[in-house]
Amino acid sequence: MSRTHLIRLTVNRVPRQVEVTPRHMLLDLLRDDLGLTGTKACCLVGECGACTVSLDGRIVNSCLVLAVEADGAEVTTIEGLATDGHLTRLQQAFLDEGAVQCGYCTPGQVMAARDLLAHNPHPTTAEIREGLAGNLCRCSCYAQIIAAVSAAAAEEEK
Amino acid sequence: MQSFGYEHPEWLGQAVDLLRTHRPHARPLAGGTDLVNRLRDGTLRPHVVVDLKGIAELRPGITQADGRLWISATTVLADLVADERMRTHFPALVTAAGVVGPVQIRNRATLAGNICNASPAADTAPPLLVYRAQVIARGPAGTRSIPIDAFFLGPGKTTLARDELVTAIELPVRDRPVQAAFGRLTRRRGADLATVSVCVSVDGTGSTRIGYGAVGPRPLLATDDSGVLADPATDPATRTSLLARLARATSPVSDVRASQEYRRSMLLVLSQRVLRAAVIGEGEG
Repeated sequence: MSRTHLIRLTVNRVPRQVEVTPRHMLLDLLRDDLGLTGTKACCLVGECGACTVSLDGRIVNSCLVLAVEADGAEVTTIEGLATDGHLTRLQQAFLDEGAVQCGYCTPGQVMAARDLLAHNPHPTTAEIREGLAGNLCRCSCYAQIIAAVSAAAAEEEK
Repeated sequence: MQSFGYEHPEWLGQAVDLLRTHRPHARPLAGGTDLVNRLRDGTLRPHVVVDLKGIAELRPGITQADGRLWISATTVLADLVADERMRTHFPALVTAAGVVGPVQIRNRATLAGNICNASPAADTAPPLLVYRAQVIARGPAGTRSIPIDAFFLGPGKTTLARDELVTAIELPVRDRPVQAAFGRLTRRRGADLATVSVCVSVDGTGSTRIGYGAVGPRPLLATDDSGVLADPATDPATRTSLLARLARATSPVSDVRASQEYRRSMLLVLSQRVLRAAVIGEGEG
């Protein structure tokens, strides 16, 4: 009944082939099969945003996507942002603003903030709050997270 | 999570065949934001999941023809919100679709999925009722068009047979968009399910349509053709008593989000607010 499927996808610009069962989530594929543990498993019901990745250019909760649905897709995870060991402006801003406490939600926050800035390079505070509404921070670093996104947007302007 | 098979048909006919062959143990999959959670918690245990996203006839898209906007079953809410024609003709639906979950959910969840899940609190349901949407369904016997008011039966229940699937939602386009507004009450700002939601439209003939969400076993529609509600000069007491009379169609319950009494009170407050927004053309309550 539940045969395996060979899927091909591109993860952080690297082509991959993985054999998965239908109940395997994209989140499991990234973490367990590909070892990309930057994407975090947390609520597993699409509420907290810790598992946020970009799927064909749109952010999604990878805990709600079957791995088989990602066949042929292009996926970007937190590991795909820095180049040659250099953080992006946004990642650096999270460090500079102290927007990381326990750090568990941070990859998801950064992926959501990156998506927000791609669509809206100069968001207001209200727009940042709305853009990150799907990402919960149990340490409640929201003020610092918003400051980091604002700083990255301002930096981009220079 | 239990095991299940995964099918990824390329044509609509194949999808219908799969649903019929495996009935009642097959489930269609569009965005999966509801279905995957129910697979994970075991409340649904289908033998086969039929992914609709590879079906040629159901490709994502909003098309305009014969005085209608046709929203395909795989169109995600984020695309609906961004569509200029939707914003012009159905702003209250755009407002409602824009508050379904956060971005991550709207990028995945579909309008068709939102109504097929048949939550009494589905945000898009009150505007679809108000805007006279038709649900286009395909099954072994062919295609049928279901008025949205006849589509919802109860919590999680629709008029769809187990071997039928929604292919599109159609909305009639008017020359002059009808004035409408949507408002909802939630426990917190940001992503949350509606405690109460209301959509009101007022047309040029004085007819007022009110869609209610989260105050009954299914989304509900009430209409008033007296012209009283549509008239900005109506005195507040008359307006309030008429709104209260229309709200008798609702039957709120107490649950984790609010008590029955609170819902009943807030329904009237929200109805007044959203009606005012619709009458003065503000768009949002």
